[in-house]
This record gives sequence, structure tokens and C-alpha cells, in this order.
Amino acid sequence: MIHSLFLINSSGDIFLEKHWKSVVSRSVCDYFFEAQERATEAENVPPVIPTPHHYLLSVYRHKIFFVAVIQTEVPPLFVIEFLHRVVDTFQDYFGVCSEPVIKDNVVVVYEVLEEMLDNGFPLATESNILKELIKPPTILRTVVNTITGSTNVGDQLPTGQLSVVPWRRTGVKYTNNEAYFDVIEEIDAIIDKSGSTITAEIQGVIDACVKLTGMPDLTLSFMNPRLLDDVSFHPCVRFKRWESERILSFIPPDGNFRLLSYHVSAQNLVAIPVYVKHNISFRDSSSLGRFEITVGPKQTMGKIVEGVIVTSQMPKGVLNMSLTPSQGTHTFDPVTKMLSWDVGKINPQKLPSLKGTMSLQAGASKPDENPTINLQFKIQQLAISGLKVNRLDMYGEKYKPFKGIKYMTKAGKFQVRT
Amino acid sequence: MSSNSFAYNENSGGGEATELGQDATSAISNSGALGLFSSDLKKNEDLKQMLESNKDSAKLDAMKRIVGMIAKGKNASELFPAVVKNVASKNIEIKKLVYVYLVRYAEEQQDLALLSISTFQRALKDPNQLIRASALRVLSSIRVPIIVPIMMLAIKEASADLSPYVRKNAAHAIQKLYSLDPEQKEMLIEVIEKLLKDKSTLVAGSVVMAFEEVCPERIDLIHKNYRKLCNLLVDVEEWGQVVIIHMLTRYARTQFVSPWKEDDGLEDNEKNFYESDEEQKEKAEKRKKPYTMDPDHRLLIRNTKPLLQSRNAAVVMAVAQLYWHISPRAEAGIISKSLVRLLRSSREVQYIVLQNIATMSIQRKGMFEPYLKSFYVRSTDPTMIKTLKLEILTNLANEANISTLLREFQTYVKSQDKQFAAATIQTIGRCATNILEVTDTCLNGLVCLLSNKDEIVVAESVVVIKKLLQMQPAQHGEIIKHMAKLLDSITVPVARASILWLIGENCERVPKIAPDVLRKMAKSFTNEDDLVKLQILNLGAKLYLTNSKQTKLLTQYILNLGKYDQNYDIRDRTRFIRQLIVPNEKSGALSKYAKKIFLAQKPAPLLESPFKDRDHFQLGTLSHTLNTKATGYMELSNWPEVAPDPSVRNVEVIELAKEWTPSGKAKKEKPAKKFYSESEEEEDSSNSSSDSESDSGSESGKQGEEGDSEDSSEDSSSDSESGSESEAENKKTAKRNSKSKGRGDSEDGETENEKSETSDSSSGDSSSIEDSSSESESKSESESKSRKVTKEKETKIKQDRNLVTKNVSLLDLDDFNPVSVPIAHPTPALSPSLIADLEGLNLSTSSSIINVSTPVFVPMKTHVLLHRMSGKGLAAHYFFPRQPCIFGDKMVSVQVTLNNTTDQKIENIHIGEKKLPTGMEMHVFNPIESLEPEGSITVSMGIDFCDSTQTASFQLCFGTCRRKLMSKIREK
Repeated sequence: MIHSLFLINSSGDIFLEKHWKSVVSRSVCDYFFEAQERATEAENVPPVIPTPHHYLLSVYRHKIFFVAVIQTEVPPLFVIEFLHRVVDTFQDYFGVCSEPVIKDNVVVVYEVLEEMLDNGFPLATESNILKELIKPPTILRTVVNTITGSTNVGDQLPTGQLSVVPWRRTGVKYTNNEAYFDVIEEIDAIIDKSGSTITAEIQGVIDACVKLTGMPDLTLSFMNPRLLDDVSFHPCVRFKRWESERILSFIPPDGNFRLLSYHVSAQNLVAIPVYVKHNISFRDSSSLGRFEITVGPKQTMGKIVEGVIVTSQMPKGVLNMSLTPSQGTHTFDPVTKMLSWDVGKINPQKLPSLKGTMSLQAGASKPDENPTINLQFKIQQLAISGLKVNRLDMYGEKYKPFKGIKYMTKAGKFQVRT
Repeated sequence: MSSNSFAYNENSGGGEATELGQDATSAISNSGALGLFSSDLKKNEDLKQMLESNKDSAKLDAMKRIVGMIAKGKNASELFPAVVKNVASKNIEIKKLVYVYLVRYAEEQQDLALLSISTFQRALKDPNQLIRASALRVLSSIRVPIIVPIMMLAIKEASADLSPYVRKNAAHAIQKLYSLDPEQKEMLIEVIEKLLKDKSTLVAGSVVMAFEEVCPERIDLIHKNYRKLCNLLVDVEEWGQVVIIHMLTRYARTQFVSPWKEDDGLEDNEKNFYESDEEQKEKAEKRKKPYTMDPDHRLLIRNTKPLLQSRNAAVVMAVAQLYWHISPRAEAGIISKSLVRLLRSSREVQYIVLQNIATMSIQRKGMFEPYLKSFYVRSTDPTMIKTLKLEILTNLANEANISTLLREFQTYVKSQDKQFAAATIQTIGRCATNILEVTDTCLNGLVCLLSNKDEIVVAESVVVIKKLLQMQPAQHGEIIKHMAKLLDSITVPVARASILWLIGENCERVPKIAPDVLRKMAKSFTNEDDLVKLQILNLGAKLYLTNSKQTKLLTQYILNLGKYDQNYDIRDRTRFIRQLIVPNEKSGALSKYAKKIFLAQKPAPLLESPFKDRDHFQLGTLSHTLNTKATGYMELSNWPEVAPDPSVRNVEVIELAKEWTPSGKAKKEKPAKKFYSESEEEEDSSNSSSDSESDSGSESGKQGEEGDSEDSSEDSSSDSESGSESEAENKKTAKRNSKSKGRGDSEDGETENEKSETSDSSSGDSSSIEDSSSESESKSESESKSRKVTKEKETKIKQDRNLVTKNVSLLDLDDFNPVSVPIAHPTPALSPSLIADLEGLNLSTSSSIINVSTPVFVPMKTHVLLHRMSGKGLAAHYFFPRQPCIFGDKMVSVQVTLNNTTDQKIENIHIGEKKLPTGMEMHVFNPIESLEPEGSITVSMGIDFCDSTQTASFQLCFGTCRRKLMSKIREK
């Protein structure tokens, strides 16, 4: 399946290569560089590039291209999903996944990659198992290893690999037993000029941080499970219980993991928690344009909207902007034409606004489209869909765990057309 | 530290220095070394010295630097001799890094690589499964043709290993060996066949992968395993799921008849249209008898459905394509929701998924129509995603939603991304042709766009309008006039050419403008693009034929210009047109028809989706994404007209009977049981004597190991499920069925299962008392017979037991093993001489050798710990639940069932003195205060066998007397 992997940075250097079968010359990447040149932006590099003898499948994350070389027919998503899993693993191991970090830990990276694939076919991709095979580097361990000469490599097969619950290792022990669940919902929306909603959807995830001793068996139930229209589970969730009772029953992995991601059915009307009033106008004759936006809360169920950031890609004709915000800070990059306004909290009594003028290229005709405004915000303690966790029960272990549920609503891809 | 070396790199710039810098980044090495050695040669000397030093830390440093070089793509091959020496290092990290090095360079240095082979061969016999597995991995990865026979042997052995993890690696090794030497195919197929029968979910994915790579044409190997694979699917790891689903899709298309009826709706009209009469007749015939789906076909569709909820996009896509290709049309609808969900992940995933949706939406609009808004474009999407979404929106457009869509398109046209805006205009054109109601609206909209400031937008509009007008040659004079005016301003060649063509084609409708346009063009002819020049020539010719009075001179002038053009295409065309339209003495018969030739009615172009022709590729494949056949792509075959024999998938009852040892109550299986009772006796004797858990004498050994309790319990439940579906074959008692139903939710109640397994297997054990009692309960005809058998067994066992007890007191059990085991198990994979070799090599006790090399599988069964006769009424059985031990992660859990067969209470049962080999640990059960007469109790213990096969001996004490007994052998 996967023949080789090349890691390429944004300036086009191959800084790591790994082969699982015969060595594929790195010159194969020339085809990739060609495609990269053709696509002006990194985002537009096609994920699948055919070459005379190989196929290059790539993902772009953290400013690094992960390019897999394959030779024969294979489901492309298989490779892409695997590459993403590689990146996730690196992130899990080193905290961040960046070029310097990978270069610093090249040996661990190599060992991990060796365990993840055998002959191009995934072998161990569960981070729990990998961490038992190759221990992630920590400062303490590095020091200890230098002194004692011990290694990062485990010499036992992780118990999870063979057990019924491959995602959990055995013999987990904690003094404080705790289970935290974060219900995070994102609103994807497109709002049109007049403020009416063109499309709005809610995607949610439940991220968990479970630190429980032994083999706990958890069940999580919702007050209103019918809200969930489409769900995808971590492999630990028992599908049949969900089908029949709408209850999440699972033996959790140890540590952080994503339990569930869901989609709230489209029939439910999505409450849009903020509105944007805008007045952006270019005039044909003058080289000045007017710019004014105000952000205000709409349906927030009494909660405070915070972490508001407004960004907008201005048309090419805009040379500079002189703006004054009523609160927060703003920046305008005259090269990329990107306007960004970090608003912070919205105070309903005193709505934040950004006003001023734009100076346009002299002589150029007025742009035919007003810029789109992208919005980011956060609302704590609120799941906008109204989803509520009913209760969490634990079976299989005797102690009483500490349980916590947190709700949060965020803006996903939230766009306002002007 | 890394930043240091970076700076160093940049400063020095020299090739060698760069290398040094990279090494430094990789290892914990001292950066001082950098300065000291400046040449390649010297630096490698340094590494060599480090590798040859006695200190592990120096070696490790050196290896880390070397791996750094490999990662960088630098050549480190000259260090081969120095590195290969360390292959036998005790330090596991050094070993691993040496493996990495070997795999990379062994191909280049085959002779030297051979030096390492013996180390791997030794490691293949290691009691630690991880070491066995990694030895096999490296051995099979080093691609040295000379060792093919050794690899073959190793694979054969490993495929019968007790550890499913090692077997998984064996499956991977099969593919490697096949790519190294395809001539081994036949032998490898045998191994694949064996591994396909494996019950472990760990192995399933890998062996199917091997199957796909080595012998995808041997679909007959799947028959017997089909139901098992379907039932295991949910529990296989995600990557294996993808491979298995793709394989089963192919399988289903060859083995089942089509579930698609022809009244599936309008969307299939085209297909039906192209079908030959013959086919239709056949279909008509088929329609007479109602279609019933093969239960196996249904099984596959049903068992894959939960996987749509997987977090892995590849799995979801695989299930989606399975539904698309093999499920009844009405059921395929459920995949759309999951596919739409995938659109929220990364851009790469979106790209592939959108491509597949595009193909699907052409054939079946209805599937994705409810999700129309999910395909609305955001300004932040990358261009390739935008165009794909647009494509899907076009496919989904219909009378009902077109007005909303057009409004949406209006926004897109204004987008700053002009490439995208141009694509939108094309889309509008396609909508206009597909939906007749809006053609005029679209046309008007496009004409408005002609006054847009952006040239690309205008040009695209012109091209699209041209196509639209061509389809409706009615009165559009106004638009043509408008476009003629545009010629003054527009510069994009395609657009100019399109306008000229349009005027030429409609020159009779705009008799006043056309000659004027020609006049203007004649003026600018020399400065035009080739594309435009050709169209000017065309326009001239057409006007010459229709309106020669006004344009004769102009045309001649243009033809003269064209004659001396630099481009030979244009010179050619000029010559051709001149001969055709200008009458002279040489002109042939053709010139009479010139008008017909030039002004013929031209068919309107079809504005089609670029995804139209992709549907012949299987969805979700690389070939589909690229729209060309990728290497190794296998066509999905058409449904067979008549289904092949479905009974090939049935698994024989006899086999089942043995796998299901718990089936003590099944009537029909009695004879089979009796048939094998002999071997079971042997088994028991060998068990009790050697405790090696081996039963290769019975056939169940070949069935594949029942790796852990979950596996086997689930297997048995799933098997019985599938069995009950094919009722014709397996006549089962009602009891059996009810049992299987009870276990239907095996996924949910794992613990329950285990419990039931416990009781089952204990009752299934022929030597136990429970069994005989349960048998007497059942009122079968062969009751008396079986009684006899049981009695016979019992007596024999008693003898055995006695014998053994003696042995125990006389001998250490470890010594006893090798005597009994080789007799019981033929070792096909190993030549006798090799065994002898091994005995010499291996450091650990001889018992472990035997254990590794025997192709033995462990069924879920109990073993006698203490017979009631020797235990003075207390009987003890134990078995391995094969589940994580609660006492510690290195321990193996052991369940011990104690039975009181006396008529008195037995008090204070506990574990006394333990005799454990060094390193082994044991977690004992809590003392049992008393056990009632006829009572039984199950306790669990944990034993850390240190991955060895040594026995744990301890004393079992109860009452006042001290019973000392017990030993077990256990592999991981």
C-alpha cells in the first residue's frame, strides 16, 4: 500500500523520508513540486497527483506536506486518513507538530512510523498502544535515559493490542478518579446581506478526559437524544445500545479522546447568537470608501458572547484602511488585504463597532463585490442546540469518580455576506 | 540544539557539513563533534568507533545519528558491516534501530546482510511474542532473494503461532515474500487459506490484504469464510475494515444476483435504454418470479451498516461504496447523511468525498437533494473544493430549487476568486440547458454579465451564451447585436472567437451587422490570436456564400492575408476555403455544395458534467479519483444472471461441532463428539501430564486458534447466527437456537458472555462431572451410548490422573513436557535437524522451544487442576479467560472453578506454598472459608508468566489436610 513517506516543508525541502518497501527515489517529489507551483496556494495543491509510475497522495497540515507514495490502486481516503492519523500521533507525542520538533525527535519519529506501518499497511495506530511501544519523550525521561542508558522502547507487547478493548491499556491506576466531558458545538452559517440566514447547521463533539482506575464501564445518557441527527463514534461506543436505547455505553480509553461527534438535524431552527450590522460602500468617483460594522448579540440565552474576532478579506483595490474600534484592537495587512478585529466580549449595553474609511487605488474602478465577513466567537456554559447530558453512570469499578460536564458553543465557519 | 545546527548548516553550506548538521539534530550527540571532523570519511570513522565500543550508550548515540542520516536521505551504506554486528545487541532500542538500518540497506549489501539472518532465526523462537513478531517483520523486509526459503519457513511457522499478533505479522510477510519472489505464490496461497480461517479480529484485516495482493482471483477461498468475515467485521480494526469491505464488495458482485429492479425510477432510464433486447427479455422473465435476496447478501448489507458511524472517513466511504454497488437502490439512501458528515473534515477528505458524491448525484439526484445547502460554497473554501461543490449543485438543480440556486449563483459570480466565478457561469449555462423553464432567465442574467468589468467573467459568459444560443436558434437577434458590440472591448481570444462564430452562424439574421463586423476584423486580422483568425476566415466564407455582393472583396482580402500567415494551420485553412468557395476552373464538384457545407445545421453541444463518465469506476477508488485506470485496479464485475451455488458458503456441521465444545446438549452433535472422543482423551491425558494446552491431535487445532475469550465467544455466537440463517443445512435443536439468540447482543454484554462461556466450556469438557450430568439430562437416542463413552473416559482419566500425580511427585514438570509433546504434534514446518539446531541455540528451557514450534491452537476449554479423586472430593478446574488481568498488566488471568463433590463442607481453601521460577509472580485468590457439599465457586487469579512457558506450581490447601498440586503452562 503506502510505499514511502516524504515530509516537505513550505519552502520545498524534503526534511524526512521513510520507506516501507524498496527505496523510492526522492526525485519522485519533483512531480509534487510542479503541482505545488501550479497551485498558487498551498491549499490548492491537489491531494492526489498521478506520476508515470507512482501516485502521490498528500495532506497539508501545520505547514508541512505529508506526501505518501503509492504504486497500486488503493482507496485514496485510506491513505489520507492514515496520514492525518500520523499527524495526530505526532501532535500527541510532541505537543506540537512542526518541522523543528520533528527534526529534533527524528529517532522517535522514525520508531513510531516503523510501528505504525508494516509493508505499507497500518499496524498500530491507536495512540494508547503506540505509547506503550514507544514512550513519548519527556524531559525527565531524557535525563533518566542519559544517565541509566534505558530506552524509550517498550519490550512488551501492549496488552491492549490483544485484548477485547484495544483502545485501553490494563492496570491503569489513579489516585483521583475523574471523568470530564466537554460538549462543544459549532455553528456553521452563511448569513446574507440583509441578515437572513441562508444556511445554518450545528456540529457538535463530545471530547472526554477520563482518568479512571481499572476497567470502568460508563454509560452516558441525554435528556434529549432525539436532537442528534447523525453521529459518529469512537470505536469504544457500543453501537447497539445506542440504536436501541439512545444511550452511550462504553469502556473509555485512558486519557483524552473524542467520544462522539454529531450533527443536529436540519429541521431544528438554529439560533444565531450574534448579528453583524455593516455598511461598506465604495464610490466610483472618490478614492475613499466608507467602512462600518457593528456586532451585537442576538439569541444568546442570557449568556455572554466572548472571544469575538472579525476577519475579512478586503478587495485587491483597497490600499489601506484607517479605522477606529470602540473596543478591542484591529489590524490591516496591506499585502494580503486581510482585516482582523479582535473584539473580545460583547457588552449588550455598548455594542462594539469599527468605523472608518478605506483608501482605494486611484483610478481603479470600484470592486463589484463587498468583502465577506468571517466571525469567530465563544459562548461558555451553553450548548446552542439545547442538548443536555442527563447522567453518567459507572459500572465495573467500586470507587466513586468525580464527574464533570462542560458546555460550550463556538462559531464554526460563520460567514456574513455583505 | 536544533537551531544551532540549523545555523551551522546555513553558514557552511557545504554538502558534507550539512550532513553533519543533520546528524546532530537527530541525536543527543555532542555538537562539539561537529567541529572536529570535517570530512565524510572521518565522520564515519567516528561512527564506526562508536559502534564498536563496549558501551551501549555510545552505540545508541551512533545508531541515532545513523537513523538521522537515513531520515534525511543521506547515504549511510558504508557503515553496514559495523552496524550489522550490533544486530544481536541486548539493548532493545539499539536492536530496533539496527533493524531500521537493515531494512533500508540490506537490499544493497546482500552478502553482509546474510550475517544477520541467524539472529532473526533465533529471535523467531523467542518466548516473547513481540520479539518473534519483530524478527519476522525484519526478516521478511530485508528483500534478499537468497533467503526466500528461510522466509517461507518462517511464515509457515508464524502462521501457526499462538499469538495472533505474530500471525498478523505473518500475513504481512506473505505480501512481502510475494513481491520478492512471485514464484512462491502457490505455497503462499496455502498459508493465506489457513490464515483466512483464523478467528482473531487482529489477523482478519491483514490476511485479507494479503489475499488481495497475492491471489485476488481465488475468490473460492472466501466462500467458507464469508460469513465469519461479515460477523467479525465490526470488531476488526478500522484499516482492516476498509480492505475487507472492498473485498466483500467484489465478492458480492460475483456471487449474488442483482437486487436492482428495473422500475427503480427515472434515474436508471438511460441504462435501460442501452440494454439490448435480449437482456430486456431476460429481465422480463426474471420479473415473473419475485426477487428474494440471498440471506448472505443481506447479512453483508446489514453488518456493514453500523460502520457508517465510524470516525474513520475511509471506513465510511468504503461502506458507502458497498451500499452503492450492491444494496438495493432503495436502501442506498442512508449513506448520503454519513457522506455529508465527512464534508466537515479536512480539505483532502472533502475533495475525495465530493468527487464521489458528484458521481453519485448524476445518477441519483434524490439521494443528496435534502442536503443541498451543505454544498453551498464558502468564500474560505479552496478553489478545488469550490468547483466540486458547484458541480454537485448543478447536478442537484431541478425545477423546484433552481430559483434558490440561481440566487446563490449570483453571489458566486461576484466572488473575488475569478476562476471560481467563471466556473459558476458555466454552471448557470448547464442549468439553463437542463431546466427549460429557466433558460430565458439564465440567458438574460448572462447577458447582464456581459457588461461586467472583469474580462474573464465576460469571456466565460460569451462562451456560455454561444452554446445556449446554438441550442435555441430562435430569435435572439438582440443578443447577437449586443455581443457584436462587445467585439470592440473584449480581448479574450476564446470569447472573440465565440462571438465571430455566432455572427457567422446567424449572418442571415443580422444582415446589416455581419458585413460590418467582417470589415472591422479584416482591419485587425494580423493582430488577432490564431483562434480568432480561424473564426474570421469562417465568418468571411459564410458571408461570401450568403451575401457575396457586399463581402466578396473583404473576403478575398482576408484570404490573402491568411495565405501568408505565419501559422500553417491558418494557411491551410485559407487554401481550403479558397478552393471551396471561390469558383474557378479547377474547383471540383464540391464547391457546389459549399453553402451546405458551411451553413449546415450544427448539433448543439451537450453541456455535460465532467463526472459523467466516471461511473464505470468503482466508487472510492484511486481510479475513480483520477478518472483513469490505476495500476492494479480490479473491475467490479457485473451481477451474474444466475447466482452461483449459495451452499458453498455453508460451514460444515462437523467443524462447528468441534469449535463449539460447549454444545453438550445438542442432539445431532453427539455422534461427532463420540467420534472425537478418543482424541479428546488423549488430549486430556497430555494436558494433565504436560499441561501444554495442546490438542493438535484433534482437528480443532487446524481450525484456527481461539485467541481470547471474547473472540471465541463471539465467534460461536455469530457462527450460530449465520448457521441459523441457512436452516436447510444446519439442523439445530431449538435449544441451540435459543442460546444463540440469547447471545445476540454479544457486543453489549461482554461480561455476560464470558460468564456463559465459562459455564459452557466447563460443561463441554468431557472429563468434567457436570458434563456427564448434563448429558444425562438430555433425552437423546444416543444417550446410553454417550453415557458409556463418558464413563469410559472417566475411568481412563482416572488412571491418567493417578499416573500423573505420581509423576508430579517424582519429577519436575518441566522435564516432563518435551517427552509428551513431540509425540502428540507433528511439526511440519521444521525439519528435524533444525529442531536440533534450535535446541542447541536456545538458552531458555526446552519446553519453550517445543511450544513455539508446535502448530497448536487453544480452544476455550478448561483444564483439570485437581481431580476430585486425588483431591479427596475437591475438584478444581481452570481455564484462561484471555482477558486483561485485573491484578496487573503483565499478569495472565486464570479462572479456577472449585467443586465440592463430597457430602461434607470443605473449609478454608487457600493457596499455600508457591514454587515459582525466578521472575514469575502470582496473585492468589482470597481464601475461601467454606464450600458447601455439591457447591462450586469460581475464583480468579493472576499469574505473570514472564512471557515464558514455564509452569507455576503451588500448593492448594484446604481443610486440615494439605493438598499440594498444580502446574500450568501458558504462552501469551
